[in-house]
Amino acid sequence: MIVAIASGKGGTGKTTVTGSLAWVWNRKVTAVDLDVEEPNLHLFLKPEILGREVAALEVPVADESKCTACRACADLCQFKAISVLGSVLLTFPEMCHGCGGCIAVCPEKALSSGTRELGEILWGRAAGRIGFCMGRLRVGEAMSPPLMRAVMEKLASASPNAPTDVLIDAPPGTSCPAINAVLPSDAIVLVTEPTPFGNHDFRLAHAAFRPLEKPMAVIINRAGLGDRSVYEYCHSEHLPILAEIPFDRRLAEAYSRGRIVAEALPAMNQVFTELVCRLREWAPVESVREVALDA
Amino acid sequence: MPEIVVISGKGGTGKTSLTAAFAHLAKAAVVCDLDVDAPDLHLILQPEIETRQDFFSGHEAIIDPADCTRCGLCADVCRYQAVISASGGFSINPLKCEGCKVCVHFCPAQAIRFPERHCGRWFLSRTRFGPLVHAQLFPGAENSGRLVALLRQKARELASQTGRTLILSDGSPGIGCPVISSLTGTDAAVLVTEPTPSGLHDLQRVADLCRHFTIPIGVIVNKADLNPETTEAVQRWCEAENADFLGALPYDPAVTEAMVRRQAVTEFSDNGSSAPIRMVWARIVEQMQRTRSPRTAVTAAPVK
Repeated sequence: MIVAIASGKGGTGKTTVTGSLAWVWNRKVTAVDLDVEEPNLHLFLKPEILGREVAALEVPVADESKCTACRACADLCQFKAISVLGSVLLTFPEMCHGCGGCIAVCPEKALSSGTRELGEILWGRAAGRIGFCMGRLRVGEAMSPPLMRAVMEKLASASPNAPTDVLIDAPPGTSCPAINAVLPSDAIVLVTEPTPFGNHDFRLAHAAFRPLEKPMAVIINRAGLGDRSVYEYCHSEHLPILAEIPFDRRLAEAYSRGRIVAEALPAMNQVFTELVCRLREWAPVESVREVALDA
Repeated sequence: MPEIVVISGKGGTGKTSLTAAFAHLAKAAVVCDLDVDAPDLHLILQPEIETRQDFFSGHEAIIDPADCTRCGLCADVCRYQAVISASGGFSINPLKCEGCKVCVHFCPAQAIRFPERHCGRWFLSRTRFGPLVHAQLFPGAENSGRLVALLRQKARELASQTGRTLILSDGSPGIGCPVISSLTGTDAAVLVTEPTPSGLHDLQRVADLCRHFTIPIGVIVNKADLNPETTEAVQRWCEAENADFLGALPYDPAVTEAMVRRQAVTEFSDNGSSAPIRMVWARIVEQMQRTRSPRTAVTAAPVK
């Protein structure tokens, strides 16, 4: 099964949960960091990196000698990535969304396929048993969804000799990057904290993900802090709370030292081991997907 | 008009709690919430909305089943796997549609409509700390970068109309489209981090982004006592990078208590982190006065 760990509000504990779940997972598992703008999972899982490649988006390259300034490309482009000024064709590759429309529509074949670097994909293995894959957006690149898609394609195209469960560490927010990260999943686990900000963004995330019609459940982090509004909302929406992680300074300190809390604190190991059982009972997706990476 | 934006890279480091405190301490600021997909500042500022506007941006493809000949060309040309083929018919998954118009253009039956996309709402409001410009992108919507650019434009207009002398913005986490849109042409960025491996890692990436756009930065370490060694490492990094270290703030339970009471932490209590926050704000004001270079034109933000 593929489980996405998402949140709405940032800093609620997605990476803590993903890392610890991967640590105690008792089947073959691959942890995937799709928070490509600010990937953090590798800082805690500390995987051995076995391979990397650059991911790129197809953008147009102009051959001005063939261009007749007919404007078909500029008229089609919705992203202001190509324009014709007088008889001069200008491309703005940073604005391009890679739809391929301009290249397909040009009657003179004056546009050909070039690339813009989106970032890189890295993969490897943590603790000798946890598969690992991440995307890292190039600093200055605005679009993260194409890189996320490239990471998931890499995961799916890699040799299917070892089926594995997949845990996706999703980015915060409720807009297109967050949606793209949870799209490949069979079930979504929302990590929140019981504070007014946590509750507000949690509701937004729930509303954003609801149209996907995937099972959703909740983990409450820093339980004991703040107020009861998150609990009331979960109750009224019939969202199952799979685990509560207590607000505990020792936990925050372990995290601050780069530790997986399920490894560092025995009490947390138990919380996450029980969470794995509850996750399986709650989302009994038995079809183990054929996704794996060549180690 | 000086503009400063509070960002962090990593989420949950305390951007919004600090921006609310700065809004309380600032004199004559227009406050702006640029975290348009998960805005929280209004929970503290409790705005009275005076102007409410719809935000339309981009378009979306919709197949009209009456005109569709089921040739499937749309599915072939779509790069985003947004065309769904089911029970002999075709439809578009709005969550995957990028609004590129390629299917609309190539459909031989002209069966694909291409209406404007209603992506969210934006607001001009009155608060106890002054005017607030804010928005709410609809859940799952796109074009957050364009909405951020629009809010900044409205904040500048409002500031010049009302004689306010500063625009103080709360940014979003990450380094992608909305963050780039909130940074381009701003006078300074305040980066809020925490003394953890992820806080430091994300700080360095967002600092690289600021450098890319030649935006001066100041750094605040929040919850600094959680790991004093990493806090010192951030301070050393600031010295090496020529970034202004604005200060270290202690972990303070009053921040959450203030949030529950819908107050800025500096309003709620004079103890704990309040005094260090006031010092940090004084330093930001001092730095702005010292280094401010007049900017006449604000460059257009690249938007998604």
